[in-house]
Amino acid sequence: MRLFLISLLAAVLTGCASNPPDPDPTAGSTSSSDSADTRSFDGDSGMGGEDVSSDLDTELGMIIYFDFDQSDLKPEYADLLARHAGRLSNSSRTRVRLEGHADERGSREYNIGLGERRSQAVRRMLLIQGASSNQISTVSFGEERPAAMGSDERSYAQNRRVEIRYLN
Amino acid sequence: MRETVSRWVSTCVLMLLATQTFAELQIEITQGAGRRAPVAVVPFGWQGGGADAPLDVAGVIGADLTRSGRFAPIPTDDMLQMPSTGVEVDFDDWSILGVEAVVVGRISQTGDNAYSVQFQLFDVFKREQLVGYRMPASNGTIRRVAHRAADMIFEKLTGIEGVFATQIAYVTAQENGRGRLFTLVVSDSDGENEHTIMESTDPIMSPAWSPDSRRLAYVSFEGDRSAIFVQTLRTGNRIKVSDRLGINGAPAFSPDGRKLVLTLGGADGNLDIFVMDIATKGITRLTTNRAIDTEGTWSPNGNQIFFTSDRSGGPQVYRVDISGGSPERITFEGSYNARPRLSPDGSKLAMVHLDRGNYRIAVLDLENENFLVLSAGKQDESPSFAPNSDTLIYATRVGRNGVLETVSADGLIRQRMGSGRVDVREPVWSPFPRL
Repeated sequence: MRLFLISLLAAVLTGCASNPPDPDPTAGSTSSSDSADTRSFDGDSGMGGEDVSSDLDTELGMIIYFDFDQSDLKPEYADLLARHAGRLSNSSRTRVRLEGHADERGSREYNIGLGERRSQAVRRMLLIQGASSNQISTVSFGEERPAAMGSDERSYAQNRRVEIRYLN
Repeated sequence: MRETVSRWVSTCVLMLLATQTFAELQIEITQGAGRRAPVAVVPFGWQGGGADAPLDVAGVIGADLTRSGRFAPIPTDDMLQMPSTGVEVDFDDWSILGVEAVVVGRISQTGDNAYSVQFQLFDVFKREQLVGYRMPASNGTIRRVAHRAADMIFEKLTGIEGVFATQIAYVTAQENGRGRLFTLVVSDSDGENEHTIMESTDPIMSPAWSPDSRRLAYVSFEGDRSAIFVQTLRTGNRIKVSDRLGINGAPAFSPDGRKLVLTLGGADGNLDIFVMDIATKGITRLTTNRAIDTEGTWSPNGNQIFFTSDRSGGPQVYRVDISGGSPERITFEGSYNARPRLSPDGSKLAMVHLDRGNYRIAVLDLENENFLVLSAGKQDESPSFAPNSDTLIYATRVGRNGVLETVSADGLIRQRMGSGRVDVREPVWSPFPRL
């Protein structure tokens, strides 16, 4: 079971560096069923961050994935988060919103708590690495805005996530 | 109440198994709660303008009794007579059919949009009337009146207060091409008479009835973050009662209707239980733990809050006094117990329980500590008691969609409501209507 989880994670993380495991090509946005799609992005590739170089846009992953019932940040994300923290500390006007999510199993309001715990874990890492607390806001959607609609382990893995959304 | 049920059931069983030995009768009685008693609900007589009555009242009553899982109304075609008043009832015609109780009635027009609905319930074996009632109705209220009649009949026959004249609220989620549409809906407890209370392209969660059934509290993600609203059903007016930084969630009205228990996360995202005075919006904190503390619900006397906390490592149900103090853990079966809801009589606690890999509805009897898993799905959630404490409603899964089911608190009668074409979630049963 552990070997399976590790290979699943490896597959997920390899995908993370460039693309999320979700076949949806608009990386960084939630699935097309999310009304927030039409509000937050301004017609670019969906990565956000207008005033940063486009090289950085396409390289910088916007989604952090988590294990079942966990809010621990996996060490594989350290570099990615350092780079986001770098962007934030270099530009004090830049703001991000961290949107936490959970898979659908179990009770809804408790899952709001799990999503928030994940957002907070990412927030703490960004603060440690140089961002200021007024640059970061968090929100949790629990299981209410899934990226993948299935009820299998693969869908669950895509839903346990924090999305980093640049607000400006 | 239970005594009355078993006495009624045992009366039926005695009639049918008169030749069995006493020991076998004992066994039958234990299983008898799953048996449907044959009854007859005779189509009501109609005296008024127009060929048809404004509603097939007998049809509504028969459907209610069938839905309870305890009765099997016989088809109209099998009936040997169609009395509409007690004096017309010929008990021989009914005992021949094996029917144990007969309902007869009539609807009379008394004005332009005014009717009188009358019914009588008879015990066939004893050949006597059990209850008779006459109620005024209009076109708008006659369906509710039919449910009230079914409630009175049900209570006379089972000793349990009927809940046919109550309502449920629930949330639906539908893909509509441009995204998802969420609605908050109120309907009769049989699913009829749906009214959309609120509609949004952002998620709606956690509806909760006020004790006078006039308001619903709920969580809305309009504006892309959570806030708690209280909406008055008759007018559609609503007030935003909590819009604090961070998470606002899990509202529930106190038994006196003046307070809400709710969950706040604040800037650091540490979810805790708070109590808010609705009039002043003042809040009192009840938990301070770094764990996720959420899903608060009131004891019927208003003195305690039950809630979900994962302070022991995984979600379990805890209880804390309104005056503060250390929460006490209540659930010890298994690794996951969440979303507590108390029966209105205070005797039972329903929850979402992880049962060998499946999320199911379970009930803990707070008096004798019996623990019973009631549902059989993989992803069952949101249990809510009917106001008679006898039945629960919850959401299960059929394919990708949520579907509502009801189950009796002893687990013996379980029924599905709805087809699974629309994703339905978070059902909550209204209190008894206050007249």
